[in-house]
Amino acid sequence: MDPLPPFTNTEAAWRPNSGSSSSSDRQRIAQQRLRIIAGHLQRSEDGDSSSTVLLAAECKAQESQKTAEEKTVPRKRHEIMKWNGWGYSDSRFLFNKKGQAEFTGKRYRLSGMIIPGLKDWFEGTFGASLQHKTPATPVLTSSSVPPPTLNEAFVEELKSTGIPFSLEAEDRVFRAHGHCLHEIFALREGKFGRVPDMVVWPNCHNDVVKIVELACKHNEGTSVSSALECPPEETRSIVSLDTSQMNRILWIDEKNLTAHVEAGIVGQDLERLLNESGYCTGHEPDSMEFSSLGGWVATRASGMKKNIYGNIEDLVVHIKMVTPQGVIEKSCQGPRMSTGPDIHHFIMGSEGTLGVVTEVTMKIRPMPEYQKYGSVVFPNFEQGVACLREVAKQRCAPASIRLMDNEQFKFGHALKPQVSSIFTSFLDGLKKFYITKFKGFDPNHLCVATLLFEGDREKVLQHEKQVYDIAAKFGGLAAGEDNGQRGYMLTFVIAYLRDLGMDYYVIGESFETSVPWDRVLDICRNVKARIVAECKDKGVQFSPLSTCRVTQTYDAGACVYFYFAFNYRGLSDPVHVYEQVEHAAREEILANGGSLSHHHGVGKLRKEWMRDTVSNVGMGMLKSVKDYVDPKNIFGNRNLL
Amino acid sequence: MASEAVYSHRDPMLKKRDDFEDILEERRNSSDLRYALRCYTPVLYKGMTPCKANTLKSMVLQSNQLRYVISQVSKETGRATDDVREDASAILEEMAHSLQLSTVRFFAFTLSKVFKTLFRSICVNEEGIQRLQQAIQEHPVVLLPSHRSYMDFLLMSYILYTYDLALPVIAAGMDFMGMKFVGEMLRMSGAFFIRRSFGGDKLYWSVFSEYVKTMLKNGFAPVEFFLEGTRSRTAKSLTPKLGLLNIVMDPFFKGEVYDVSVVPVSISYERILEEALYAREMLGVPKPKESTSGLFKARKVLSEDYGSIHVYFGQPVSVRSLAQGRVNRCQFNLVPRHIPGKPSEEIQNFVNDTAYRLVRAQEENMVLKPWVLLASLLLQNHHQNQTAGQERGIALDELTAQAVWLRDVSREYGAFLNWPGVMTPSEVVSSSLSLHRGLLEQGASRRRHSRRGALEPGSRRPLLRLVQEPGAARLHPTGPAASAIHAATSNQKQEVFNSFSFLRNMFSNEFILCPGATVQDFEEACYLLVKTRALQVTQQEVLVTERGQRTLAFLTSMLDPFLQGYQVICRFLCEEVADTLTEKQFIPAVRKFIVKHLLAGRLRYTEVLSSDLQKNALAALLRLGAVRKIKGAEPGTLKVNAVMVNSLEDTLGGKLPMQKAVSARL
Repeated sequence: MDPLPPFTNTEAAWRPNSGSSSSSDRQRIAQQRLRIIAGHLQRSEDGDSSSTVLLAAECKAQESQKTAEEKTVPRKRHEIMKWNGWGYSDSRFLFNKKGQAEFTGKRYRLSGMIIPGLKDWFEGTFGASLQHKTPATPVLTSSSVPPPTLNEAFVEELKSTGIPFSLEAEDRVFRAHGHCLHEIFALREGKFGRVPDMVVWPNCHNDVVKIVELACKHNEGTSVSSALECPPEETRSIVSLDTSQMNRILWIDEKNLTAHVEAGIVGQDLERLLNESGYCTGHEPDSMEFSSLGGWVATRASGMKKNIYGNIEDLVVHIKMVTPQGVIEKSCQGPRMSTGPDIHHFIMGSEGTLGVVTEVTMKIRPMPEYQKYGSVVFPNFEQGVACLREVAKQRCAPASIRLMDNEQFKFGHALKPQVSSIFTSFLDGLKKFYITKFKGFDPNHLCVATLLFEGDREKVLQHEKQVYDIAAKFGGLAAGEDNGQRGYMLTFVIAYLRDLGMDYYVIGESFETSVPWDRVLDICRNVKARIVAECKDKGVQFSPLSTCRVTQTYDAGACVYFYFAFNYRGLSDPVHVYEQVEHAAREEILANGGSLSHHHGVGKLRKEWMRDTVSNVGMGMLKSVKDYVDPKNIFGNRNLL
Repeated sequence: MASEAVYSHRDPMLKKRDDFEDILEERRNSSDLRYALRCYTPVLYKGMTPCKANTLKSMVLQSNQLRYVISQVSKETGRATDDVREDASAILEEMAHSLQLSTVRFFAFTLSKVFKTLFRSICVNEEGIQRLQQAIQEHPVVLLPSHRSYMDFLLMSYILYTYDLALPVIAAGMDFMGMKFVGEMLRMSGAFFIRRSFGGDKLYWSVFSEYVKTMLKNGFAPVEFFLEGTRSRTAKSLTPKLGLLNIVMDPFFKGEVYDVSVVPVSISYERILEEALYAREMLGVPKPKESTSGLFKARKVLSEDYGSIHVYFGQPVSVRSLAQGRVNRCQFNLVPRHIPGKPSEEIQNFVNDTAYRLVRAQEENMVLKPWVLLASLLLQNHHQNQTAGQERGIALDELTAQAVWLRDVSREYGAFLNWPGVMTPSEVVSSSLSLHRGLLEQGASRRRHSRRGALEPGSRRPLLRLVQEPGAARLHPTGPAASAIHAATSNQKQEVFNSFSFLRNMFSNEFILCPGATVQDFEEACYLLVKTRALQVTQQEVLVTERGQRTLAFLTSMLDPFLQGYQVICRFLCEEVADTLTEKQFIPAVRKFIVKHLLAGRLRYTEVLSSDLQKNALAALLRLGAVRKIKGAEPGTLKVNAVMVNSLEDTLGGKLPMQKAVSARL
């Protein structure tokens, strides 16, 4: 589904990891940790970095900080990642010949495992059948991609700078989309709209400066909308700027606990490299495998563990951004300034409309000594929300606390891999018996909160007790580490599951909002009901999956995530139906006091509601900033405004 | 012009009607006691369990809204919050229902006995019941029955009990509480009591609205109330009251529930128990106070035959779909929802429109018995003969022929007519007449009917008017259209529309006319008249067909009493009122004036004596600015704008073209 909205990575850097066979101790710890959180990969061979068309000229001089193990990601991402689906090419769900679900590859905890419950859940929830397949177009046929519109003068000058670029169809298609349902759906059918005309890989801040200068000079209309849906009416040549090669940690300041990092680095690399020095940022959005630091800044991203580390706006100390007017940055790194409105806030959430974020100074923390997962079962969703509210009130939220509703609990349950020992399955049975029979929880109402604690061992245990005590007041029962861990794993594999669904007439998506506490229950109920009603109204033959979870708690409210999927057999234009339902759901969210977005951003998808959201004057303010910074609309992805 | 589309758009609630089942039939064949004691397990909203009356009370007292208002009142009055809370608690005690199954069973038993004696049948559309059952499980339900009789809410609960549906809690006027013992019985069968007026009392309003909302939101029971606020004593629907409707929609606007289903229920009586009382009221005799002894005295009604009752549970209406695109729910985003605020104009308009539509939906599903048609015919005949100075009465076969004609016409107009198919028309007519024998006089020699009280105004003739009202209601808005065509000086469509618009404006206090829907109503009326081939409408002109003459004449004469009534009231204001008069003086004075005119034979319609009509006329004149309330002097002093009243009178009388009050254009 969509932990990573289409416009997340303005400076898109979907940088798969390179292997590290000779890990030091620190690295081992770090890797282990990441494996737990992200179901991390065991990389073997890395894709080669050879490129025939590309001009190889890198800013070698600036590589002094790089460690020996670090390897450059192939510029040709499609060699290890899907061009028409989520994530790595080797990792996918499929139903094997026996009709059992299985997750391929070696990267995740779930990889290589049989998931016995998935088929029944899948067929039961969606009314789908393994007999009815809708396979995707297997290969990208370059000939069907429209040829690039080029500005010869620009290309010539770019060549002279020595910055690598490509005009190849695969490269261009890969950067023409995000992961919205309609985009992936079209790709699976082998349809392409407007795609970028060329892809450029700057290697450092100065490269970006040169590219932006050139673009301004030639009014290239260089949309640096990179992995984004390109405005179809754009007649200028579109250059996609791929910052994936700008992936170095330039320095670490242990006195002030900050790190200066190039903005193209993807989340998992950033964490891994920092871990090597014993630090972490603690910023872990669900898309951290693929999303980049620059993307986080551009969309105001939020991490799972924000309760300890904060969201991106709390983490950022300094930002350097290249705009058509020049470079914007602050002159010092003071922790807080009263110097008029914070210019960082013009940058954060600008969604690639103002410039390219090239370097960021971020807060770092020593790696936590101890981590512990946990979970609590509540008799119903209402009690669960009441508990989360109380936890937020007492300001004792663990690093992460999430509450899944009943449907999502069942979904998570269906993803349990086959257990190897009879003992485990016996224990599972016993647990189930205890909760449903002895405690009298209704399996159709109960819901689960998953928890992640982090810190000193002693404090974690103390903290854990405090949270479980609160939970007990709301009828919550501790339900073990395993359930908690599986809950977090779900967020990493759920996007892969969407691809599986799309093989069998099931399409879906997720969306999020933030809402005051007193409205959480109402918004969850109403939005879910609206989705069901709209599906029925639009002629969807099978009842949809409409589920939600509360994923973040704040003093004054919470972030709520909705998943929605349905079986589209019998519909002539499923994507249109999907879009209508999502539109209705968003209207419902707004009518129930929810925000337009908590961390996905606005993009083009939610632009129509911006004016109502920020008022006319607010809109004018944003417009005037855009008009000053980028009068020729060089950064023409038309997001946000 | 897409009249079809316009028409169907206007009436999304109008569907093909269901068949009826007689629920008394089973009662006549099996034990009432067993029925009263049977297992009763209704399905509730989302499978909720019923809630004890006391739990409900404490939920209300602890609600955020009430706590907020209590502290506010305490700040404003300087009293301790505990005292104010005591007050709130007392209000709640006075108000709250205490639904008890044992009382319900008692009623189930006694009402079975009573109903069997009074009525031939109680017919209910079972499909409507099934829809209601479905609706109750999905969303909180509000039941909106029409209100013509005391019987209404007992009858509703009785029916719901019979079909094993959740028993409603019913908003009842405080006047019932005055009835010793009976009030408490009603309370125990689910009624809760509200004061008739509590305008400025913040605390009362807060307790009341929170009480209703708590019941609704938690789906403890369907909430039932009467949109018209009080019993209609003229058999015409009353202008809907918006307070309660506003309250029940509030949880939806604020997102506290996904949707609210509103179910209009039409209860049609062949004879209303209170008919004698109402008939007297129509001649201006004031309403007596409710009392237990009065009820006891009224037991003589038990010996009479009141025919049958038809109860039609309409299509549940989703507030959500009505509000779609009309109410922006974001308006509640910036203030905590428990802080009470005045509804925005947008919401007020929406609630107002909805209320009118719901009353219309009630009217549309009123079942018309043949007797209703006969009453209209007999009345018209009476009035015509009176003018022409002919012999009174009408021959039975002539009446039958006219009835058959009217039956066909009203069917074409979509009236919900319950005309027994198996009987010949003359059998139908005579059996209807036999039920109401007391109202008619039969000439000895020739078979002729003439009304017993024809010579003395104030006899039971108003009953006929009472009876024909539901039929008349069904003919809105064709009535004003017909009169407009009649009144317009030419066939020009625009001119007819102007007349229509004038009449509609004039009578909008009298009939249920959706505000601001003049053009739609006109289109709808034209559509109906064209469909029935009574009219030909071209781009410019409106022509009455040969076939249509009779229909239009009939329709025009339905409206005639009101035209005349309003005229006479205008004349009164011009002739009798020198300068000012108070509201208190108005009714007796106008009454005296009317009686004078009636006795002198200048006025044909005794209906004009109805204080209801007089009040409506005054309200209309106030609204149009022909009469103004002036401040100072005595409260409620009225000042008459003689010129304007005069010209209105002339317009109503057809002496002036009806163009004055036109605002909308076609």
